[in-house]
Amino acid sequence: MSPSSSPERPLPETSSKVPDIAFKWVAAAAAAMIVVLIVLVGWELYHGSRMSLSKFGFGFLWSSQWDPVQDKYGALPFIFGTLVSSLLALLIAVPLGVATALFLTELAPQRLRQPVVMAIEMLAAVPSVIFGLWGIFVMIPWLRDDLFLWLKRYFGLLPLFQGPIYGVSMLAAGIVIAIMILPIITSISREILRSVPNLQREAAYALGATRWEVLKIAVLSYARRGLFGAAVLGLGRALGETMAVTMVIGNRPQISASLFAPGYTLASVIANEFTEATSDLYQNSLFELGLVLMGVAILVNIAAQIMLKSMTGSGPIKVH
Amino acid sequence: MKKYLALLALAAIGVSHASAQMLINGAGATFPFPIYSKWFDEYAKIDPSVRFNYQSIGSGGGQKQILAETVDFGASDGPMSDENLAKAPRKLLHIPTVAGADVVSYNLPGAPTLKLDGPTLAAIFLGTITKWNDPAITGQNPGTAIPDVDIVVVHRSDGSGTSYIWTDYLSKVSPEWKQKVGKGTSVSWPTGLGGKGNEGVSGQIKQTPGAIGYIELVYAKQNKLPFADIKNAAGVYITPSIESVTDALATAQIPDDYRFSITNAPGVASYPIASATWLLVYQQQSDPAKGKKLVEFLKWAFKDGEGMASTLLYAPLPDALRKRVLDTVDTIKY
Repeated sequence: MSPSSSPERPLPETSSKVPDIAFKWVAAAAAAMIVVLIVLVGWELYHGSRMSLSKFGFGFLWSSQWDPVQDKYGALPFIFGTLVSSLLALLIAVPLGVATALFLTELAPQRLRQPVVMAIEMLAAVPSVIFGLWGIFVMIPWLRDDLFLWLKRYFGLLPLFQGPIYGVSMLAAGIVIAIMILPIITSISREILRSVPNLQREAAYALGATRWEVLKIAVLSYARRGLFGAAVLGLGRALGETMAVTMVIGNRPQISASLFAPGYTLASVIANEFTEATSDLYQNSLFELGLVLMGVAILVNIAAQIMLKSMTGSGPIKVH
Repeated sequence: MKKYLALLALAAIGVSHASAQMLINGAGATFPFPIYSKWFDEYAKIDPSVRFNYQSIGSGGGQKQILAETVDFGASDGPMSDENLAKAPRKLLHIPTVAGADVVSYNLPGAPTLKLDGPTLAAIFLGTITKWNDPAITGQNPGTAIPDVDIVVVHRSDGSGTSYIWTDYLSKVSPEWKQKVGKGTSVSWPTGLGGKGNEGVSGQIKQTPGAIGYIELVYAKQNKLPFADIKNAAGVYITPSIESVTDALATAQIPDDYRFSITNAPGVASYPIASATWLLVYQQQSDPAKGKKLVEFLKWAFKDGEGMASTLLYAPLPDALRKRVLDTVDTIKY
């Protein structure tokens, strides 16, 4: 059919432009709102922390002292705790989440898929304080009396598993955060794996690959950038996790090589101390911790973007 | 039809007018929240024309909001610092209402009732006493079997009046504590684990063999946790109770601005780790109508409200102090 076949029905003309333009602007405004919000949050945090910014300068970032009585504040132990607990959570949650997603998209029988997906999404709906209480009363005693002793006995040579065992610890926080970010990592990974074209799998099968080889060379390597993105989203949530973490991490601002030792995170100390912070400098310093947390989140995201870029084109098989 | 509508509109106006109560806003300390809610509830039956709205956002928020005059009264678990009080636009009164206490709870086999003194507690929280069978502890508890277990110190991780009372007490009984740590709603703890809230600390104590920590008397009693008798300034071991806290209020030195501390009170029957909680009210009220209602409420609270304190496990003010406070309430102008 050539365009000349419908000359008697003129196309609707200029009238269709108005909704187009209107939609464009509405969408642009919605997108701009997010940027404006982030900028406003950053500005408020900066504004609220001016006093401590000018008093401590960059020293705030590498001082380990946190003493409200003497009005001396430093963020280093909190930055350390935030990064370590989040990384631990990723180490646990990413393999689990991706494996679950693989099982659900590639291996599980149809009838099983929907119930498992629902169970995972239910996990996302549990309030974080519930995870915290479960952590204190169920997980911590088990960690203290079983898992940690086992780790200490067999891996005690590593500095990671030395020192006294209290139960509440960096590792406990990592495990709780891992459970909390598992749903988001699993559901995004599942969507990504589902979007892998069947052509990929068929091609691999045609080459005589086994099921495992198909997953490895055709599915996972095709989807790895997307899976990396899922991990970054999970990390974003892990960095800001507050309530459950503060209940199991032990809340001691210290830097220790041992995962059995208690720690403290940026989000937790803000939640813990903000309500009773009476001196101005104290409150300013808590604001500055918020600013640091925002900075950490931005830096982590930039690092992720750079890593993502370096992954481009490095896949062994690329169809498109 | 129009007539009906007009009638309806009139009725609606009538209803809204009848429910136009005066609203008095307050904000601050979380510790006295249950007793304040009870008071506001009971007072609503006596004077239905006024309604109190109290937000338990913490003492820091309470002090900030009353200084900014965004609320009609503030509440704080610790007296305001000179620095903060100087920011008040006009004279701000501290009105003590009720008192509470910290108890020392622990996790030892058989949950014995221990006897402990201040210097020992300070040494434990400084991390210099690390074993339960340390002579400083066993010496005070002859006849009690105390095992050779490591002590695990548990403190509050959130800023709280409970920590303020605790560190205020340790600062009084231990020069070393005063110099190294000091007192505050949050301090730089030399040792130990932080638990969030009374439930976090007591959860930690219950879960950890050899743990020791401080929690509110109310919470310990409601949850039937073991707690120690503490040696007071007169040298007597006192069991924490409402009576022994009220006794501390009666024997402590109380200045006219009511910014006092009753930790380590001198009375023979005084429990040493206790503190009052305060309402913060301007002596010159800015809104005459609200000021009048607020004063009426305060008078009621000190005449009838105090009697409800002990049912909620708060210590009421002793009679002499109550009279003094009532005289101060009389100085509020509106």
